[in-house]
Amino acid sequence: MLNIFIRRLLLAIPVLLAVASLTFFLIKLAPGGPFDADKAVSPQVLKNLNEAYNLDASEWEQYVDYMSGILRGDFGPSFRFPGRSVSEMIATGLPVTFELAFYAILIALLIGVSSGVLAALKRNTYLDFIPMAIAMIGICVPTFLMGPLLVLIFGINLEVLPVSGWGQLPGDKILPSITLGFAYAAYIARLSRGGMLEVLNQDFIRTARAKGLTERNVVIKHAMQGGLIPVVSFLGPAIAGLLAGSFVVETIFQIPGLGRFYVEAAFNRDYTMILGTTIFFSAMIVFFNLLSDLAAMWLNPRSRDIS
Amino acid sequence: MKHYSIFLILFLIIGCSSNVSPVDDGLDKQIFHFGNGSEPQGIDPHIVTGVPEHHILISLCEGLTIPNAFDDDNLPGAAESWSVSDDGKTYIFKLRKNGKWSNGDPVTAEDFVWSWQRILTASLGSQYPDMLYYLEGAQEYHTGLNDDFSSVGVKALDNYTLEVKLKAPTPFFTGLLSHYSTWPVHKETVLKHGSIDDRNGEWTRPGNFVCNGAFNLKSWELNNKIVVEKNPMYWDASTVKLNEIHYYPVSNVMTEDRMFRAGQLHVTSTLPSQKCPVYLEENNPDLRIDPYMGTYFYRLNTTNPYLSDVKVRKALAYSIDRKLLVEKVTKCGQIPAYSFTPPGSNGYEPTTSIPFDPDLAKQLLIEAGFNSENKFPKLEILFNTNEDHRKIALAIQQMWQQNLGIEVELVNQDWKVYLSREMVGDFQVSRAGWIGDYEDPNTFLDLMRPNRGNNKTGWEDASYDSLMAKANSTNNQTERYELLDEAEKILIENMPIIPLYTYVRSYQLSPDVKGYNPHILDHHHPKFIYLERD
Repeated sequence: MLNIFIRRLLLAIPVLLAVASLTFFLIKLAPGGPFDADKAVSPQVLKNLNEAYNLDASEWEQYVDYMSGILRGDFGPSFRFPGRSVSEMIATGLPVTFELAFYAILIALLIGVSSGVLAALKRNTYLDFIPMAIAMIGICVPTFLMGPLLVLIFGINLEVLPVSGWGQLPGDKILPSITLGFAYAAYIARLSRGGMLEVLNQDFIRTARAKGLTERNVVIKHAMQGGLIPVVSFLGPAIAGLLAGSFVVETIFQIPGLGRFYVEAAFNRDYTMILGTTIFFSAMIVFFNLLSDLAAMWLNPRSRDIS
Repeated sequence: MKHYSIFLILFLIIGCSSNVSPVDDGLDKQIFHFGNGSEPQGIDPHIVTGVPEHHILISLCEGLTIPNAFDDDNLPGAAESWSVSDDGKTYIFKLRKNGKWSNGDPVTAEDFVWSWQRILTASLGSQYPDMLYYLEGAQEYHTGLNDDFSSVGVKALDNYTLEVKLKAPTPFFTGLLSHYSTWPVHKETVLKHGSIDDRNGEWTRPGNFVCNGAFNLKSWELNNKIVVEKNPMYWDASTVKLNEIHYYPVSNVMTEDRMFRAGQLHVTSTLPSQKCPVYLEENNPDLRIDPYMGTYFYRLNTTNPYLSDVKVRKALAYSIDRKLLVEKVTKCGQIPAYSFTPPGSNGYEPTTSIPFDPDLAKQLLIEAGFNSENKFPKLEILFNTNEDHRKIALAIQQMWQQNLGIEVELVNQDWKVYLSREMVGDFQVSRAGWIGDYEDPNTFLDLMRPNRGNNKTGWEDASYDSLMAKANSTNNQTERYELLDEAEKILIENMPIIPLYTYVRSYQLSPDVKGYNPHILDHHHPKFIYLERD
């Protein structure tokens, strides 16, 4: 297992270098530059700005300069926010995005696994149909609709929760976490139901029951270990997706996370910020995929043997 | 069972939370919660550009003059008085002896000289140095033709007397001084964190920041909140009633609307356009629609072979029903525009007119050589991706199709792509908007002079240019406005741009907020604002 871990980590280095290089040249292909504004700046001012940010050097020189910078851990200054470095901005937004993702995944797991397992155990009863129908709605309703709906109900009509913010007012973390978590809860519910159904029909479960184990022990100790493998495999990409895709929820709820920086950087052609966040999110995706693969291997003896 | 436990936790948290909204809480503590659009680029007045930045800077720093809360002439700011020479070219500003920086240092004339040297230093890369190009030798210094700053027309005669020499009489000069690019920065603080031309110096961080405004920077959480607190060192601190202002960078207009409705904001930066007619119909008492010095218009690319003919440009302009546009499409109190400069800009009333006359428009198109046999080729309207721009473009598309039989294609692009296409002239018709930087028609009409970066239409007219030059060399305001009106007539006669409507500032304001009066440039000095419930 350790060998696999180290091998996969080493493989991540060329992947991230390729991502950085591709992004570097792709963003330069997009029309418009970081200093284009409604009130156009004079050629003299533009020249001064390009000099200040080394944009007057050749593309190749800029590339070498940037890559040597990131090897030293320096992601450069933000073009959009003078006086702020990209590393500083990532460090500011990241804890918030992580916290939001953590609460969301917690909610997703709590709701998703419990309703999925319940649905599998009570197959073809209303305890199966109702949670699965809700799950289907959760999958279909996008967060940009779910968020405002929850805000209208709990924030504006019932006036019990703040409509926006993060850590500013009591309870302001509840609605964004539910909004983001609910979509993933729906997927997890369907995956756990599927996984559990498959496992519950297998011989070892029958054996466990024949041994006289209580249903509770059968489900928790035996069935869930195998039945939740699809959920564990899903968690890696899901966490990465939660981190990179929290932009919508961050915007709806005015949360100062990294997702907003990421998307706004692309609109602003803030080259260094786009590069920094892309590399960072890529690293996150690689890392969480690796973690979920390792967890799935640990849970599933067959894949452990193959490896 | 787990479902219930989640809800139990939820309701426990809700139960424990206090029900006092920030707006109610702010009333007691005099804390003003301000919806500020987007995260400001920074708070260095010589580097930043933009409205959210201005909202914050106006509380932190003070120029020689400040905006008048009653939309009148500017009031004394860091300068307590000033005099102008007979030829209108020399200004003597007397600075307040009790003017202080937030660290207690006195604000001196030399501070202004150094600050203006900083913004005119080319390597700083400021985007607003042209605000000071009215000074003798300023443009030459900035563009490197002269590297001796003593040749620039600004001098400290003594600690509290500042002499400014202008190239020409500039009647709007004191108005210009309320623009943040002309505001002072604290030399020692800036130099402590970098050189005069350092864009990235950390002097603007909380704890480092020193300036001379009514408020001090207290905290700055990126993309979350900027808090400023009352500055006890401010010369007029006794007038300031607010204790704190919290600026929220809410870029999503729907979120901002919900925050206002939930009592989290006293004022919003704007209003979702679809909500405006609803609030108008409901007579929503929080809705505010104020005059605003801005024009929404279409640029025509006069280098295009078809649009180079003035008859075609006029035909396009005369076939637009502006009244219908503001009543049925924009629906938020906008005013049909028949001139480029909004009427009433500091007493200037343009006398131009643009008829809505489809028959005349059709006739003009025929005179330009286009008829049922020789059809006018397909036109493209370029606009940046935005639902409001699309609605307007759809209406114009229909009017041109119906009144002139011209086929129109709508092209929407990402903001930066749109800007870059406009800049290189890769468009036929493009939507545009212009908001005045200072309260004078010059902020609009100067745009259309040759070689101005924001002209973008390819249109040049020697008589227009000479009228503008003449207007800006006279010291007589009546004569000046007549000359500007003549220039405006040339502009409308040549129609390189099609004015559509005059903007309004639509937003929501809590009835608790007092002293937040309509201002044509949307400048509200926070020292006049306070919170009180009727």
